[in-house]
Amino acid sequence: MNLSRRQMLILLPAAAVAWKAVLAGTPEDSPNYAMSDHWWGMLIDIPKCIGCGNCVRACQTENDVPDGFFRTWVERYNVADENMTNPTVISPDGGKEGFPVAEEDGEKYFFVPKMCNHCADSPCTQVCPVGATFISPDGVVLIDQSYCLGCAYCVQACPYGCRYIHPQKEVADKCTLCYHRITKGLTTACCEACPTGARQLVDLKNPNDPIHEFLKTHSVQVLKPQMATGAKAFYNGLDGSVR
Amino acid sequence: MSALKEAGHLFRFAGLFVLAFLVFLVVRHYVVPKSFGEYGHYRGAAIGEIAARSVKFAGHQTCEGCHTDILDVKSKGKHAHVNCEACHGALANHADDPTIKPVLPDTAVLCARCHTASAAKPKGFPQVVPADHSGGVPCETCHNPHSPAMDANNGAGGAK
Repeated sequence: MNLSRRQMLILLPAAAVAWKAVLAGTPEDSPNYAMSDHWWGMLIDIPKCIGCGNCVRACQTENDVPDGFFRTWVERYNVADENMTNPTVISPDGGKEGFPVAEEDGEKYFFVPKMCNHCADSPCTQVCPVGATFISPDGVVLIDQSYCLGCAYCVQACPYGCRYIHPQKEVADKCTLCYHRITKGLTTACCEACPTGARQLVDLKNPNDPIHEFLKTHSVQVLKPQMATGAKAFYNGLDGSVR
Repeated sequence: MSALKEAGHLFRFAGLFVLAFLVFLVVRHYVVPKSFGEYGHYRGAAIGEIAARSVKFAGHQTCEGCHTDILDVKSKGKHAHVNCEACHGALANHADDPTIKPVLPDTAVLCARCHTASAAKPKGFPQVVPADHSGGVPCETCHNPHSPAMDANNGAGGAK
């Protein structure tokens, strides 16, 4: 095969781009992970959640979350017909070991897994006085723990209660959307451990991600939309009583 | 000319400001981390440091690379979409070094976590009252956890 100089000049960069895409797709280390190609979020499918607590345990294992603190947790709602605005919510130890058996009493029950919403306009990053927490170029709210002072402004600023001060490190801590996993082509620990597919990692910049079709065809809600946080934890089938 | 001379104290004062500003620039150069401001008002290198943490859940793609026999059974059953580590726990250490043998989960605890009947669970999800369902007989006596239907031919789910 004889190629002219002109053809070579066109083909070589094209081949390089293609090879880069192949490497980025392997689940091993992704040195070619490009932050500009992703915009991460999470889909939480309420009708699929069975309240087993697998996600909470997996998160604590993967991220060494101290006992009594949670990067993700599960709440069980119990809503009486006549009292929509005043549901009974329980979350024993974050739902880590599941929930007590609910007897059939004609009332509405459902589980709501909660986590950092990885807001596009997050209040928590705006209040940090030192630039220790930020939204990464691929849409994940992260904490630079070597820079954090532990002032806890962000803990107060989060409308979803997703942050805490780590009892040993004495700095802010929260869900990283398993950034160390998703940049290697893996899904988050909670999604990996969820037996029913109630949680799914989504990449809004990936045109082939099923999330686009899902958002078009389902009634999807975010928590506290009136706060205009640009939350990217999308809840399918979310009941109006959830706060 | 004399006006300039009379303003000398102002120039000396301005000089002090310039000097202080230079000191500020030098101190700032050494105190602010190199990557600060690379992407925004934060230390850009922090992103790489967070991404470099090690994983503990290997991911089902890794498991399926070796355990193809289990995958064959599982992919035909009702647990096809349940990932390996949802039941077996985090096993990246086993994937890195297969001589580390994982502990088999106790089905009495494991199965009950998902399948214990509760009014709070979605109605279509298979649920049993463990004491009535098996009376203490271990689940795996009748069910293969990788493909839990009791008779694969007629597809009758044991747990419903």
